[in-house]
Amino acid sequence: MTVIRTPGGLSLRFRPRALVVGAGAALLAAGLGLVAVGSGDYPMSAADVLRTLTGGGNPAEQFIVGELRLPRLVTALLVGAALALAGTVFQSLVRNPLGSPDVLGFTQGASTGALVVVVLGGGSLALAGAALAGGLGTGLLIYALAWRRGVHGYRLILVGIGVAAILTGVNGYLLTRAPLMDAARAVLWLTGSLDGRGWANAGPLLAVSAVLAPLLLIGCAPALRMMELGDDTASALGVPVRRLRLMLLAAAVLLVSFAAAAAGPVSFVALVAPHVAKRLTRAPGPNLVPSMTVGAALLVGADLLAQRAFTGHQLPVGVVTGVIGGGYLVWLLAMERRAGRL
Amino acid sequence: MRRGRQAARAAGLIGAVALLGVVLLLSIAVGAKAMPLGDVWSGLLHRDAAEYAVVHRMRLPRTLLGLIAGAALGVAGAVMQALTRNPLADPGLLGINAGASAAVATAAAFLGVTAIGGYVWFALLGAAVVTALVYAVGGGRGATPARLALAGAALNATLYSYVSAVMLLDTASLERLRFWTVGSLASADSATVTRVLPFILVGLLVALGAARPLNALALGDDAARALGARPALIRAAVIVAVTLLCGAATAACGPIVFVGLLVPHLVRALTGPDLRWLLPYCAVLAPVLLLGADVLGRVLGRPGELQVGMVTAVLGGPLFLWLVTRGRVAHP
Repeated sequence: MTVIRTPGGLSLRFRPRALVVGAGAALLAAGLGLVAVGSGDYPMSAADVLRTLTGGGNPAEQFIVGELRLPRLVTALLVGAALALAGTVFQSLVRNPLGSPDVLGFTQGASTGALVVVVLGGGSLALAGAALAGGLGTGLLIYALAWRRGVHGYRLILVGIGVAAILTGVNGYLLTRAPLMDAARAVLWLTGSLDGRGWANAGPLLAVSAVLAPLLLIGCAPALRMMELGDDTASALGVPVRRLRLMLLAAAVLLVSFAAAAAGPVSFVALVAPHVAKRLTRAPGPNLVPSMTVGAALLVGADLLAQRAFTGHQLPVGVVTGVIGGGYLVWLLAMERRAGRL
Repeated sequence: MRRGRQAARAAGLIGAVALLGVVLLLSIAVGAKAMPLGDVWSGLLHRDAAEYAVVHRMRLPRTLLGLIAGAALGVAGAVMQALTRNPLADPGLLGINAGASAAVATAAAFLGVTAIGGYVWFALLGAAVVTALVYAVGGGRGATPARLALAGAALNATLYSYVSAVMLLDTASLERLRFWTVGSLASADSATVTRVLPFILVGLLVALGAARPLNALALGDDAARALGARPALIRAAVIVAVTLLCGAATAACGPIVFVGLLVPHLVRALTGPDLRWLLPYCAVLAPVLLLGADVLGRVLGRPGELQVGMVTAVLGGPLFLWLVTRGRVAHP
């Protein structure tokens, strides 16, 4: 822990290691992004990409970078960061390393909304809107069901699992109601994909993140750290526990829902990114900023892998994160078991 | 007093069997073409009756599959709950059915297996792996119901994301598997029933045979040993039984959630915790629930039908929520 004090009485505390990890992951994300923008059917060198980004390059390159590849990259960065931030908040709130939106039903709710649109017929805008509505509605439902003089960790988890199981059944049913071509499109969406994402997809998420990320990072992070000491201690330290928990949950659900509306429910980024950040920083408490940058780097890297790993065959990014996340999860369960925490 | 209770339980079991008989008849009678009960009888018994083909080709296999799959899931749930001492143990919630699904999806997409005869082996393999994993995670001293349920939910999320990735890569598998992954009895034929019946029968026999030693095991390992039970053997037997029951049921009708949770909880209110009564009751009443849900899906979904997996999820989910919000589940 390092502290900088100014003569005016202001002080700033930070952990150098967390700073290095956050900045390193951000640099990694930028580097991977540069490679992602430069590669494809029309390969460009890193220098070309940078020149085009700063306004140079020929019109064709301007179009390819500005309209095709950059929006996809920005969407990936934002979705990764938003999911990781939401996952960190969830894991901290329910005090469990497995408390991610994939497990707690929010993802399934967003999927239900999207599938209703697929079955009834509707464009991609309606799909994104319905996913958003589904995620938020599920968040409200879980909160209402789990509420009993405040919402506590394990009741939230168990209610979330129950709601997730119900919605999984509903989603399977909806999938059988769609014509085969629409069902294929729906499964693609359910897996999470960045194919063909434009500025219209990135815009709403950017706006929401621009409001919520500073709110969480600056407004709530210190209180969140105190809440990890337990509700009673946090209350004694002056944290308005109940109100803060509602606010944090609302912010996390909003982030997850908007991310799902932008790229579909990309699985396990919200679970894995906070863990990776925590291992790298070795810092206690929620590592909000390092988690965000790690999440962004993770999703950009996964998308790059999904596009380029199999020549001639592009996978949706959700397949790659699913495989990474599944493997990590089994390892995590084994470690938790060995440590006697499970 | 004691004899009176035994008599009441036996009478209750007879009542449950009668209820099952009614549901079996209903399941044959209700469908796209509704039949009066007289026609059901003649369709069942007389080879030259007009309803013979409908009853024997479609309704009877479907009903029999519901009967054996329901019994399998109910008994598997009850012995899982006893073995892990966890009121939330359900083959669907803990990911065992999802493990079978993932294995079947792999077989269908990559190995070209399309028939039930091939599915069942893969389903058993997938169920075995996840059962062992769940037991390794959940059988420990520190395992609480909530933690085990959470681990199961995480496994479920992983396995379902794998299944949807498989469906995505191969449209032919999507067409086949999307109906199967909801959990449905609609595709049942007599070949399916005869294929999975032996596995389920063996599983049921092993589970019923383990009822008495499992009762002893509820007192703790030391007390169970003192009573003559062999804990390691019992655990292995129960894991084998759960694998057979869940794998075979999932191979035939897809992953169905909440039957294994719902029925043992309802039955426990009637019989108390004694597994020697609990398991037979579950074997009789779980098919009542599954077939009832199937009939309900056929009635509500006219002119098509709602898959039974969706009906059980929507019916069973609220019970699960009630259990966990009423604080009936021990907190860590």
